Amino acid sequence: MQTIDLQEIGLRELNKTLHAQAADTNQTAWEIVNPKGAHAIACGLDAPIEVTVKGSTGYYCAGMNQQATVNIHGSAGPGTGENIMSGKIVIEGDASQYLGATGHGGLIVVKGNASSRCGISMKGVNIVVQGSVGHMSAFMGQSGNLVVCGDAGDALGDSCYEARFFVRGTVKSLGADCEKKEMRPEHIEILKGLLDEAGIDANPAEFTRYGSARTLYNFDVDNAGAY
Amino acid sequence: MNKHDPKGIPHTTPRQSATFTQDVNSDIRRAAATGIYDIRGGGAKRKVPSFDDLLFMGASISRYPLEGYREKCETSVTIGGLHAENPIELDIPITIAGMSFGALSGPAKEALGRGASAAGTSTTTGDGGMTPEERGHSDKLVYQYLPSRYGMNPDDLRKADAIEIVVGQGAKPGGGGMLLGQKISDRVAEMRNLPKGIDQRSACRHPDWTGPDDLEIKILELREITGWKVPIYVKVAGARPYYDTTLAIKAGADAVVLDGMQGGTAATQDVFIEHVGQPTLAIVRPAVQALQDLGMHRKVQLILSGGIRSGADVAKAMALGADAVAIGTAALIALGDNDPKWEAEYNKLGTTAGAYDDWHEGQDPAGITTQDPELMKRFDPIEGGRRLRNYLKVMTLEAQTIARACGKNHLHNLEPEDLVALTMEAAAMAKVPLAGTDWYPGKPNTTF
Repeated sequence: MQTIDLQEIGLRELNKTLHAQAADTNQTAWEIVNPKGAHAIACGLDAPIEVTVKGSTGYYCAGMNQQATVNIHGSAGPGTGENIMSGKIVIEGDASQYLGATGHGGLIVVKGNASSRCGISMKGVNIVVQGSVGHMSAFMGQSGNLVVCGDAGDALGDSCYEARFFVRGTVKSLGADCEKKEMRPEHIEILKGLLDEAGIDANPAEFTRYGSARTLYNFDVDNAGAY
Repeated sequence: MNKHDPKGIPHTTPRQSATFTQDVNSDIRRAAATGIYDIRGGGAKRKVPSFDDLLFMGASISRYPLEGYREKCETSVTIGGLHAENPIELDIPITIAGMSFGALSGPAKEALGRGASAAGTSTTTGDGGMTPEERGHSDKLVYQYLPSRYGMNPDDLRKADAIEIVVGQGAKPGGGGMLLGQKISDRVAEMRNLPKGIDQRSACRHPDWTGPDDLEIKILELREITGWKVPIYVKVAGARPYYDTTLAIKAGADAVVLDGMQGGTAATQDVFIEHVGQPTLAIVRPAVQALQDLGMHRKVQLILSGGIRSGADVAKAMALGADAVAIGTAALIALGDNDPKWEAEYNKLGTTAGAYDDWHEGQDPAGITTQDPELMKRFDPIEGGRRLRNYLKVMTLEAQTIARACGKNHLHNLEPEDLVALTMEAAAMAKVPLAGTDWYPGKPNTTF
């Protein structure tokens, strides 16, 4: 285990060190202490390493992540895991807005709640939130899955494309062109797999699926009021 | 006597309305028939004060010229030296503006790369990600970072020679992209992670930041991911140029790209193109003022775009304080867009060469703004690249001609004092005197 004190070496040196890890590095476990809410911690990683941040992080922690696992032992600031391509991010606390924005792949797990616009423009990422998510979550979601074990705020899945949303609790309101969908066996399977991967004990049968009604895919004047 | 009027009462001449013109009436009939606003490509078509309203005074007894064929007039420019380890070094101050794969065909993107590289300048991706043919044929490639983040990935980001964070575009300040179903081919759909054939709606705001304080952190993240190696540009529309430039510099941009309303788009609402934004002439001085007020002029570069067509436009932009310009529509015309040789086909589409702007429909007779495999075959990327190179060379020679006539050994040495304006509007916008006077309209208590 390598331990780095962020306050001591600074952000540039930290990220430079992590970026220098090759795919076959034997130094796979890294611990970052004294993060003190700094921005852009461990962003742009591209190696199968495991980084644990002991504390809360600012904006864009683990942004554009590839391959790596990043654990945040605290709460995470805005845009955490934005544009994640692969790998895994686990947030022990709460996540601020735009969690996993435009993420193309990988998995993000939040043990607490996630704020507004969770999974905005998601393009393939899977996000599992043990608590609740705020308003406008998965706005314009293109693909991937958003799992919410608690409740969802206003305008869930507004203007979404083919992303899937599974919510166990209540949904305050659905966004434009988002509708309740039938939970078929294949969806139970997908959900079960995601919950297992996230290490969250919940019964898939208690969830409701939501997704695009696909009425806004091609412009029609009769739908103009939806905007 | 009028045969239809047996009583012999004189008729008034049929009179068209200046308010309800034939153009306006056709817009109304189109709206009434379809129920959807008019979408088109290109920039503002209305007449606005422009660089055509400015003239260089040239040499005189007080200023002597350089010998056209003997004395050098330099044209190189370095962009992004403030924070980046590897700034962009260009031979000429004319760059190719961002245009997406999706809006343009793959071969058209390749031609832009070929032409730009042969002329010693950079080209730019667009709202659709980076294609291998574009990267492969561009010596210097600027990677646009847009609200939609279509095709955005860190591998391509690290392959870029510079990153351009797009906040706005001159044709549609405050508007997002638009790509209609006809152009969402399999390849475009895959790159953008969208269902094939849908009408794509792009976001107008970035998904993970709002405002200048967030932008500063976003720039930090992009620099960390790319190891502080490449310059980061911020592109803004000609909306509030003084404040936008100030805030972009404050956020840590290496260069500001400023796009006036004549700048083109692949597709957006006609009402947006014609009624939102400011003319290119009107935005350059406020942006330069912002750079000067912060002591950043020539340290943070200003790249001006929006209706740049000739070496004269380049020289005027630089005289007013820009470090470089970008061309989009002009580059497409150089490639062969709107060429009269396709007139018969333009007529079939209900238009004429020079007026064709339904780029979003993907039926471009010139094979440039299309994803149709048959139409794409009409366009040869090698020939297109050669034409673009020639055009860039001509623009550069023209700008040098003017600079030498003004006694300047580098295009950057052109200055506002070399210019006069033909109209009061242009004089006020460019902050140069009205020709033949010592009057700077809009500027109190100043004379030559």
